[in-house]
This record gives sequence, C-alpha cells and structure tokens, in this order.
Amino acid sequence: MPRLSATSRHAVSFVLNGRSTTADAEPRMLLTDFLRHVLGLTGTHVGCEHGVCGACTIHIDGQPARACLTLAVQVDGASVRTIEDLAPEPGRLSVLQAAFRRHHALQCGFCTPGMLMSLDAYLAANPEPDEAELRKYLSGHLCRCTGYVPIVAAALDAAKRLREDTANA
Amino acid sequence: MSVQSQAWTGRSIERVEDAALLTGLGRYIDDLGVPSGTLHAAILRSPHPHAKIEAVRAAAAAALPGVAAVITGDDIVRLTTSLPVGVRASIKCWPMAVDRVRYVGEPVAVVVAVDRYVAEDALDLIEVGYRLLAAIVDPRAALEPEAPRLHESLDSNIASERCFRYGDPEAAFAKAAHRIGIDVHYPRNSCTPLETYGVVASYSPGEDAYDILSGFQGPFSIHSVIARALKVPGNRLRLRTPPDSGGSFGIKQGVFPYLVLMGVASRVAGRPVKWVEDRLEHLTGSVSATNRATRIEAAVDADGRVRALAWDQIEDVGAHIRAPEPATLYRMHGNLTGAYDVRHVAVRNRVVVTNKTPTGLNRGFGGPQVYYALERLMQRIALELKLDPLEVIRRNLVPSKAFPYRTATGALLDSGNYQQALEVAARDGGLAELRARRDAARREGKLYGIGFAAVVEPSVSNMGYITTALTPEERAKAGPKNGAQATATISIDPLGTVSAHIASVPQGQGHRTVLAQVIADQLGLKPADIFVVAEMDTARDAWSIASGNYSSRFAAAVCGAAHIAAARLRAKLARIAAAQLNVSAEEIEFAGGKVQARGNPDNALAFARLAATSHWAPGALPSDVDQAFRETAFWTPPELTAPTESDEVNSSLCHGFIFDICGLEVDRVTGAVRIDKYVTMHDCGRVLHPGMVAGQITGGFAHALGAALYEEYAYAPDGSFLAGTFADYLVPTCMEVPAPLILHIETPSPFTPLGAKGVGEGNCMSTPVCVANAVADALGIADIDLPLTPAKLAATLQRVEPPPPPRAVAAALPAGKGRALHGAGEARVAAAPEAVWSALLDTRVLASIIPGCHDVEQVSATHFRADVTLGVGPVKGRYRAEVKLEDLVPPQSATLIGSAVGALGSAVGKGSVRLSGDDVGGTVISYEYDAEIGGKAAAVGGRLLDGAARIVIRQFFEALARRVAGTAAPAWRLWLDRLLARFRGRP
Ligand code: FES
Ligand code: FES
Repeated sequence: MPRLSATSRHAVSFVLNGRSTTADAEPRMLLTDFLRHVLGLTGTHVGCEHGVCGACTIHIDGQPARACLTLAVQVDGASVRTIEDLAPEPGRLSVLQAAFRRHHALQCGFCTPGMLMSLDAYLAANPEPDEAELRKYLSGHLCRCTGYVPIVAAALDAAKRLREDTANA
Repeated sequence: MSVQSQAWTGRSIERVEDAALLTGLGRYIDDLGVPSGTLHAAILRSPHPHAKIEAVRAAAAAALPGVAAVITGDDIVRLTTSLPVGVRASIKCWPMAVDRVRYVGEPVAVVVAVDRYVAEDALDLIEVGYRLLAAIVDPRAALEPEAPRLHESLDSNIASERCFRYGDPEAAFAKAAHRIGIDVHYPRNSCTPLETYGVVASYSPGEDAYDILSGFQGPFSIHSVIARALKVPGNRLRLRTPPDSGGSFGIKQGVFPYLVLMGVASRVAGRPVKWVEDRLEHLTGSVSATNRATRIEAAVDADGRVRALAWDQIEDVGAHIRAPEPATLYRMHGNLTGAYDVRHVAVRNRVVVTNKTPTGLNRGFGGPQVYYALERLMQRIALELKLDPLEVIRRNLVPSKAFPYRTATGALLDSGNYQQALEVAARDGGLAELRARRDAARREGKLYGIGFAAVVEPSVSNMGYITTALTPEERAKAGPKNGAQATATISIDPLGTVSAHIASVPQGQGHRTVLAQVIADQLGLKPADIFVVAEMDTARDAWSIASGNYSSRFAAAVCGAAHIAAARLRAKLARIAAAQLNVSAEEIEFAGGKVQARGNPDNALAFARLAATSHWAPGALPSDVDQAFRETAFWTPPELTAPTESDEVNSSLCHGFIFDICGLEVDRVTGAVRIDKYVTMHDCGRVLHPGMVAGQITGGFAHALGAALYEEYAYAPDGSFLAGTFADYLVPTCMEVPAPLILHIETPSPFTPLGAKGVGEGNCMSTPVCVANAVADALGIADIDLPLTPAKLAATLQRVEPPPPPRAVAAALPAGKGRALHGAGEARVAAAPEAVWSALLDTRVLASIIPGCHDVEQVSATHFRADVTLGVGPVKGRYRAEVKLEDLVPPQSATLIGSAVGALGSAVGKGSVRLSGDDVGGTVISYEYDAEIGGKAAAVGGRLLDGAARIVIRQFFEALARRVAGTAAPAWRLWLDRLLARFRGRP
C-alpha cells in the first residue's frame, strides 16, 4: 500500500459496479461517505457507523463487508459492488428483491440494501439454507421495522426460486 | 360499500414504495441534494450530567480553516426564545445548554464548517470550563427535599402535579374485601429507528423566514412551538419532509429542537446548514420513552372483581419538560382502567425532572408504562387470591353489550368484544396445549411460565388530552383544545389522472399504497393509477396541528379523510357523467376505469376523459358543479371533545383490543429467556391491508420484545449514560425474535369513515408485561422490573452471591457511582527499584512512556498534569489528566490519585504501586487501581473499557521496562540528585 499523508487527498481507483472509477479521498474518509457523497451512490445506508447494524453492507471483491468500517483508500484496486447493481436492469427486480416485495419484508427500507447485499452473497454460496442457518447469518443485520419474520420468509422463498431457476436453466 | 371497494381495500397488494427502496433509489434525507454552498454542522455535547458552564473558549475552533461559525448558548439566547412548555411551570427549555448542562449529551456548541470532518475537528478545539454539580437520576429520589435541584426557577424537581378522583374510590376501597398493590419501575427505552435524525435548514434574511427540511414526523402542533422559538410568524416557517424516512416510531418527533438549533446555525453562518446525527448522538441525546415509577392499588372483591384503582405515577421526563410532554403521562388518562369495567379511580400524577435526556414520543406512547403496572397488578391479584389469572382478567372485562362504553376517566371505547377475543385466542392459540407443555416442563424441573395481558390500544389522539395536565381553571383561561383534524387532497390533472396529497408523513408504513387502494375503490380505478405524494410541505399542503404520523392515526383518520375527498370527487364526477350519459347521477357507476350507466356498459365514458372535463370544458359542467379536479377533505371526529370540568377526557377516538398469551422458559444457569410460544390476538376494526397490519404487529412485537428482554437507556447513579452504541444498547436480531401467532377478530369502529382503528402500537403495550408475567410465573417471584436481561434473572435465580474478595483500594472510593473499572497486575522490569522509582517521578520519562501522551507538566514535586490521547474502541479523545502522588515510600510504594477530563468523558481513580527487588537485580512492580468513568466514554464502554484500560496500562509498563532497562546503576543517583536539587531549590 502506498504511503498516505493525512493532510492530502489521494486518488482511489477501483471497479465500482463493473465500471472503473477514480476519485479523490482524504485518507480518513470512510467508504460510506465516499460512495454516498463523493460518488453519489446513496443506496448504501449508514445506521450506526460502528459496525453493528449492517445497513452499510456492500461487496468488496465478492465478499460482504461493512462500508462504515472501511476507509475509502482501502478499496484502491478492489472491485466494489453496491445495492445499485443488484437489479438485472432498471425497472426489473432480481429474484431476491422481488421476494422481499412479495413478502412485505421491508417497511422503511433503510436496512434493506444491507440485508440484500448480504443475502445475495449468502444465497450464491449456500443455495439450500435452512431457517436456523439463515437466521444466524442474518443476525449481523438490524431491522427495527419488520420483526424479521417476513425477511426470513422472503430469503427462504428466494432461495427456493433461485434453485428452481437453476434447475430449469 | 360498493362491490369495487371490496376489490382493493382489504387485500395485501404489493407496495408501490418498494421498487425504489429495493434498488437503492430511496430518497431519505441524507440522500437528497442540498443547495450549493450548504455547510455542515457538528455538535459538541456535554460529557457531564450536571454542571455550570463557566466558559466556552471557541477561538481556536473558529480559526480552523474551513470553519464558518461556532454557535453557543449566547447565540441561542440572542436569536430565539425558550421553547414553550405544556405545563404551568417556570422552566426555560432551550435547544442547547445555556449556562448550565443538565444531561450527558446536551448540546453545548455547534460548529458549522465546509464538511463534517472539519466540523468535528473543530469540536476538539473547543474548551469548555465546567463546574460540576451533583446529579440526580432516580425519579423517586428526585422528590426528596435535599435532592440536587435542576431548575433554580422551580422550588423542587416537580414540574407538574395533579390529583384526580373519579367515582368514589375511598368508599370502594373501604368496602372491598382486599386491597392489593404493587410498585413497578418502567425503564427508559427507545425504538431507535435505523435512520437517525437529519436537518437541512436555511434562513432568508430578506424575508426573515426559515425553510427547514427534516424527518420530523409531527404532530404539527410543534410547528407553532418552533415558529415561536425562532421568533417568526407561522407563515415564515416552512417545514418540509423528505420523500422517504428510515423509520421513526415516534422518535423523530424529538428532532424538533434541532430544527431550532440548525435554523439559528444557518442564520449565524449566513448559509444553509445540514446536520445528520450519528448513532452515538442518537442513543445519548435523542428522545426515548419516559421511565416511570408507579404504585398502583386495587380494591378487590373476594372473587377477584376489581372495584377501584388508585394510581400514583411519578413520570421522569428528563432534564427539561419538552413539548409535547407531559403527554406520555396523559395520553392514557382516559384509559387508566384498561380493558376493565372499573368505576372508581384515584390518580396522583407527578412529573419530575432528572439529569437525563428529555423524553418524547415513542411507539406505544404511555401505554407500556400504564399496562406494565395494570397487568402486573392483575396477575398479583390472581396470585394473592389464589385464582386463575385468566379468570381474573375475564371477570373484569368491559361487557360486550356495553359499547360504546364510557370509562370512569372519560374515554369512550368505540367498539369491541373482549370476551370473544379472549375465547378465540385461548382456543386458536392453543392455550390448553400450552398449559400441558408448562406442566410437563415443570415436571422435568424446568422454569416454565405462562403470562397474559389484556390491553386496550388507543389510537387517533385527541389534541386536547394534554390539557388534562392543567387544572380546569387553567384550561378555561387558555380556551378549549380538542379534536384530531385529518386532511387529504385529491386532484385530477388535465390528462384525467389522479394524485393525492396527504399530511401524514409516513415512516415506512406503506401509506402511499393503502391510500391508493382506498381512492381506487371510490373511483373505479386500479391502485397503480393513483399517485400519492406523501412528503409534507407546510407552505403548500392542507395541514393542521394534528397532522403527522403518530398515535396510529393513519388508517383511521388519514385514510378516512382521503376516502371522504374521493367520495366527494366521485359525486361531482357522477353529476357530470349523468349529464353526458343522460341518466340520473344515482345511476352512475365507477368500475374498471370506466364511468357508466348502471346495467348498461355500452353507455359509458373512459374515466380519464370524464375526469379531465373540468380542465378542458369548464363551461360544459352542470350548473351545480363548480369544478371536479381538486377536493380537499377535512375530517375531525365529534367524539373528541375537550376535557370536562371534572377532568374526564376522551383521550383517543378508537380503541383496539389485544389479548396476548406467552409461554416461555428461563434457563436456570444463564437466566436467558426462550420464548416458546407467543400468541397475539388483535381487534383493530376493519383491516385495510392484511400484509401491512401483520407487518405492524410483527414489528411492534419485536420492539416490545427488545423492551422486555434487553433494551434500556441505562444511567449510572452519577448520571453517566451507559448505552451509547448498538453494542451497549442491545436490540433484538432475528435470532431473538420468534414469529408470533397473530389472530384477529373484527369489530369495526363506528366512529371512523372506514371502520378501521390503529394497530401499530398495541404490542408495545401488551408484550412487555405479558413476557414479564410469564417470567414471574416461571420463577415464582412477585417483583420484576424490565429489561429481563439474563444477568438480572440469573442474579434472581442465584440470590445469594459470594461477597467479593476484600480489596484495600476499593474501599477508599465512593461506591456505586459511574461505570466502575477495577484492575490489578504485575510487571517485571530489568532494572533496580531505585531506577524504576526515579523514572516514575521524571516528567520527561513519563512523557515518553505514557501512551498517547503529548505533554507532562510538573505542578509540584508530587503533582503532575498531562495531556493524553486515549482511544476506547470507536471513540478516541484527548484528556487532561492530573496525577498526585501520596504515601511516598521511596523506592518501594506510592499511592496515585488521578483524574482525567476530556470531551469524551471523565475518570477519577486511585491506584497503588509497589516496587520490590527480585533476585536478579530487577524489579517487580505490582499495581492495583479502581476508577469511575463518566461521560461519553462510559456510554460506549460496556465491552471496551476494561480491555482498553488493561491494554493502556500494559503499554505503559512495557514502555517503562524498555526505558529503564540497563540504566539500573546510575538511576538511583539521578533520583538522589534530583531530590537534592529539589531541596536546594527551596527558599
Ligand atoms: S453503518 Fe455500518 S454497520 Fe451500521
Ligand atoms: S425496514 Fe425499516 S429498518 Fe428494516
């Protein structure tokens, strides 16, 4: 990693949702602020800024990560994916997103992008989750609106549909 | 009800809100663009619960490049007036500390800068001189005559006191076979929306007007509070809300003092100012439910029938009584008899101020506090009379034939059938099986309990209930206050499509979807055809003081108003259609996007074509129709009258009913509670959208479970706040929330246009006490206060704890104050005790070995002052430390007495250090310390402080070891030299 100086800005070059992107950041700038306020991708939310709530979850090199615990300069050279990249195309929802809508798995929607990013990675790696495993995994996310019941239902339903899609493909 | 209307309302259609929210395209306040030139604010907050502010030195902060302004209490006094208070008490209530801080987290200064990072840098440069005052935390203790006083203008800590009497409670108590009472303490908790507060304020000097965007949820009665505070006429204060909100649950009512604060900041800085609260600020400084100490007694017949209730409620509203408090206390006033037919009631209400954050709206609003006392009492009555708790509940319920039923304290219960609800819940909820399960579990030696709670859930608040806090004479002077005005506007554009505007400020509940359903039903359209604008703008919308999102008024009041507006528009459109289709208006039907003559689908017009007529051909309208493209309905229920002269008040319009059953097991060893089964029966009148009603119930249940088992805005006895992060304030995750079994019966409200009642708050009232009743049943104990954390229950289970090992140092400290830190350890240094000793007394050495030390100053031979930066997890701060040495026995032992004060908190402590030589010429240093931590550091400290302290101390000794290793021989000489020098230096 190059030596950074606290008083100057540094160019951060990375792949963001499939496009190469470069922008400047002070070394202390959080990745959440960088994505939201420098790059204008406000879908990644900030609920606590101390790593507990999960609202800021994104993918860094394919792995779910807390953007609020990451400095912008740390993603230099990495590939980052955010909620804005989850739908297959504008106006269409992914299987997981559609399941959330069907099950009323969101109310205010503030926790939702983080939940979706985590689940997207999880279901890709675990196509047949049982409810207990899934709940354990989701416990890294706080939702204050739904009581989680419809979120768990939506995730299990999405897993099932994704399996069917794969079987039919 | 027409055929079409059943088609959409009552169905769980997908929400129109969701597509944007699922794809990251929500428009929450921090997502919106701001006017160019907007500056960013950060707030300096008090680390002390109670202190006089002697000086705020902000020059260095103001001089930092990028800083535009520093706002202090002086600016607030100059540019605003104190926020009006809802009781007759001479208390000033400012949005920021003026002269004195009264709770940890109270704003002391605001920095406005080019960005938030710079603003926070500047906060570190502000020095505040505090003179600490004694703090008071417990509401009962606050009543004592010698308790520290918060407001000099009051002659006690009581901000309001009223006594009430309904029926003849004294006679009922005298006659009754039993007098049964309990004392309970309801703790502070908060539904903590996942999105924090946010404000963008701008002041226009040319017009002397403020334009403020925020997630403020209402009630918009607060608009007048803010306008008065900012000293502008109402029409110069424009409040707006963003399109989306990340949840509120009442809490975002509490953002309003920041609207004043940021308004002032914008005025001083001459630019728009944006502020987004962080989580630590939210947990420390935003509103919560009140904590309340209640004594409740019942006059009970031998068969368990309750004849009278006597309430004594001590409501703790925190440091200021901030609007709309004491509303938490009075919101339930009409409902103090709960679901029961009790005709005699005595009430004593006292509102006290303590050194805690001011309170405000929180889901359930007053209900959790009341039902915790009442339903715990019902269980106790059963226990003492050896009756079945369910039977005691049943015997006392309001009879099903009695509706509408006027309670002793004035509420008019609109509709219900509580007996049927109980019966269905017991049957469909599987109570018999649950009882069998309990018996089986108990036979195996398990701690299994069953609890019940019966709750009347009020909704659609009477804006006049709060005046019950005033005497009838004071009310007469102030003029009557009552009602619950709801508004909705429906408009049609020139292409004939329909929009609706509502002043309801949704916060995730899907209001736009439900309104589209209701309006679509009236106009024969699909919900997707209706576009609902839910963001609010006081400069453009039809609104009134009751506007906003609280007291579950949406389904009952706002949907009702929209229904009325749509019906009026439909009636007008029918008249226009009648003229064009040559039939009478009564024969016109709206269905499937068409307007047609009944029974003749060929004689029809497309809805859009008809609807556009008023725009394109106003001259062609029938003479009795002025226009048919905009209709605003105002609706207020006549049942919501002002409090009577004898203090009866119909505090809410609708009254849902909830009956809960909980079966749970308590782990004997860990004290952890496992919910085995939870049944919640609801009667919320007509259900408009089953999916959303289920969502409200499940979400409310999760909040309530958190309140029951984990959550508390805890304060140490010294006033330190102990729950500043989500690692300290534990909210349930999906591991803790089981799926409740939700059951319904429907008794539609006769008082609302659609028969609906509120539903979102009920479980926050019923579930905490239902769980507590089940735990009390499992453990066989009488007294039990929330939250029922494993630690608390384990302590109850293992009553007798072994005494802690005796420790010399601990005894020297005042016990039980802030967050306590104890530790002891040993370090080995490869140098003789004399060398170590002299190093410890050398400022230069100390400066180089104290972790994070910037500077050490020697005040006297045994008194040092140091500037250090210490980090505790996510918060890192600069502290000014003072250390005095006592009991010096060179080179063997010393006592250190120290304190550290910084923006992040304070610590006082005492330690002892003992040096002894080992066999190989080195030194064994043993140490022991006890400290009390206060302020922000205590708030985040739960899991971090002990570890951090150990690390810092280890670093210190490691550095000491490195520093003195190998210098053993000359060290004692150095020390001697210095000692001699000191003596020589004396006059
Ligand atoms: S904002 Fe990152 S975990 Fe809460
Ligand atoms: S939907 Fe509001 S926090 Fe999850």
